[in-house]
Amino acid sequence: MSTLLALGADYLSAPAINFNIEALGANFWQLTIEGLAYGAVYALVAVGYTLVYGVLRLINFAHSEIFMLGMFGQYAALMMLGFSPAGNAYSEGALLTIVYLILALVVGMLISGGAAVGLERIAYRPLRKRNAPSLVFLITAIGASFVLQEFVHFVLPKLTGDELGGVNAQQPIRLVEQKEQFTIFGASVTNVTLIIVISALVLALATDLFVNRTKFGRGIRAVAQDPTTATLMGVSRERVIMLTFLIGGMLAGAAALLYTLRVPNGIIYSGGFILGIKAFCAAVLGGIGNLRGALIGGLLLGVMENYGQILFGTAWRDVVAFVLLILVLMFRPTGILGETLGRARA
Amino acid sequence: MSTPVNERPHGGVGDRFRLWWNALARPVQWAVGVPFILLLAVLPVLNLPVITTEGTNFGAVMAQFGMYALLAIGLNVVVGQAGLLDLGYVGFYAVGAYTVALLTSPDSPWNQTGPDGWLSTRWAWLAVLPIAVAVTALSGLLLGSPTLRLRGDYLAIVTLGFGEIVRLLADNLGDITGGGRGLSQVAFPRLGTSETDQLGVFSAGNVSGTVNSGTWWYWLSILLIVVILVFVGNLERSRVGRAWVAIREDEDAAEIMGVPTFKFKLWAFTIGASIGGISGALYAGQVQFVTPTNFNVINSVLFLCAVVLGGQGNKLGVILGAFIIVYLPNFFLGRTELFGIAIDGNAISNYKYLFFGVALMILMIFRPQGLIPARQKLLTYGRQLYVAARRRPTEGLSDHVTEGAR
Repeated sequence: MSTLLALGADYLSAPAINFNIEALGANFWQLTIEGLAYGAVYALVAVGYTLVYGVLRLINFAHSEIFMLGMFGQYAALMMLGFSPAGNAYSEGALLTIVYLILALVVGMLISGGAAVGLERIAYRPLRKRNAPSLVFLITAIGASFVLQEFVHFVLPKLTGDELGGVNAQQPIRLVEQKEQFTIFGASVTNVTLIIVISALVLALATDLFVNRTKFGRGIRAVAQDPTTATLMGVSRERVIMLTFLIGGMLAGAAALLYTLRVPNGIIYSGGFILGIKAFCAAVLGGIGNLRGALIGGLLLGVMENYGQILFGTAWRDVVAFVLLILVLMFRPTGILGETLGRARA
Repeated sequence: MSTPVNERPHGGVGDRFRLWWNALARPVQWAVGVPFILLLAVLPVLNLPVITTEGTNFGAVMAQFGMYALLAIGLNVVVGQAGLLDLGYVGFYAVGAYTVALLTSPDSPWNQTGPDGWLSTRWAWLAVLPIAVAVTALSGLLLGSPTLRLRGDYLAIVTLGFGEIVRLLADNLGDITGGGRGLSQVAFPRLGTSETDQLGVFSAGNVSGTVNSGTWWYWLSILLIVVILVFVGNLERSRVGRAWVAIREDEDAAEIMGVPTFKFKLWAFTIGASIGGISGALYAGQVQFVTPTNFNVINSVLFLCAVVLGGQGNKLGVILGAFIIVYLPNFFLGRTELFGIAIDGNAISNYKYLFFGVALMILMIFRPQGLIPARQKLLTYGRQLYVAARRRPTEGLSDHVTEGAR
């Protein structure tokens, strides 16, 4: 047995997992900035989870597929504008590029937002009418997640003549060439990172203002706090629910465009799954049901993941994310900021 | 989740059957049950043309069904009995499979078969099986003790993370687990060796005829299923089972009534995990090869589908659910016509997740309790009073009292 243990120690110290603290120190700022770019995407998707959870107490498991549909939506939009997934980036000039990006963003947001609202109407509303327990909602969400994935996997290629969807990943259309703009603490900041972080922050801020300052937002908070009383006070619960799905879906669509700008993995029917889980982790990290928590959780997860990736090796990226989630939940079960969509600004 | 007990006292075929079954004495139940199980067991041998799978080996499909049934029974303990949503159940399946593979595959650094190991090739699988169960139980305990303080949705996402961590560990620790290449030549029971089957009937090489290795693994899993069903059934009717139901229905109330909820949740988690480990060990032995891609999180979701589809909380229901999940896609595989209608079986089989997704959504709207739902029994008073309570009022309670006195 002792030989077995010795063998085990030997193999655990083998370079399958390393502990490269020098690399972390040397690239600290670069990693932070790139982590923020990833985290911004997580944060936008996390807002969708958090809003729906705050209002319905439901993990919308299919939200990752809403995100995936957004990726295909912006891709289709760019294809219709005459772009194709070539190897090199297009050089259209700053102004035109921004116009095209905004067009793709709008289409992506519309597709995702529409899909989210459709999902709510087809899958969740009948269950609400029947007063189903929460496990039933979750199973339905899983079923819907299967359906959306397989739709893009098998049905979409047939509808579009193999232009979209299918088994293989589609290469993203590169509108923006990554170029260094300036450096902070020796870390280079590229235009793509800037676009991602700034647009994500603007969208998150806009959502926060919408929920905290407008009449519709007050309705959302009221339903999240106490659905029965809110209904008695004249808030239409159904409309609020639809609104939360719409906002969440649209943000996921926006995140999809930002994600495809940065990540070279390509667009594939199963591409939303892991990202969705991580975004949910981000929402839970920040305190699910809490909008600002989702933003903080997303950014934190993105940054920590990036540190972990350098510290332990690229393959350990996802492990770092999940271990971080378990650790935070063990010591602070309601997340960093606590779960309060309703009590954010009563 | 809670179904009203006396909403329809004797309504429906299911209830009538249940009433009849519960009124039978235990020996009679066995006398009816054993031939039924035997009938199920000989299905691959009979190989009826309507039931058989044309595109793939029927025995192998039934073996896979056996493993899924075990998984469903184990997951049912966690989800159906104790009401803990576990989305990382595939992690335990993987731990069981990898324990067997790590100890018996020549590719593994911890291989204990061969000249300098302490396992004989002939009995290696059987000897490792208890170790696999112990290791998975331990992993269930390790995961459960920090995370079971979380409730509902949080638990679901943490277990999901755990399932993914197990797969990533298997993928990343390449020096031990072989990484993406996996571990091959895993041990299997070398029984019934003959001239034609030099490695025994359980060997993956035994593919000819209807009584092939798949059929043998199916029989082995039936044996394990029966043993585990008796074990889990007894557990259900014990103090532990009553505590689980109490926790499932209302955790706070259970805690206030003096049920040590954390302890019993941990029990459910550990027992569920070890049953998953047994299934994983079966899988590793049958396929003789493990690789991380077989343990994707999507499988967890599939197992959960089996439990929900069949009817959570009902042991027979979840076995039916497992059967549907495994059998239907394989049934259509390779079929070109069904009852005289031309169909594209391969396409239908390919679209299985699409159909499962649609089926789940429709089922959740119209029959959320599953195909064979569980009915709550008067667990506190035991079987006899349950039978008495379910009798027609004309028979009266005095009848029962004399019966009880006997």
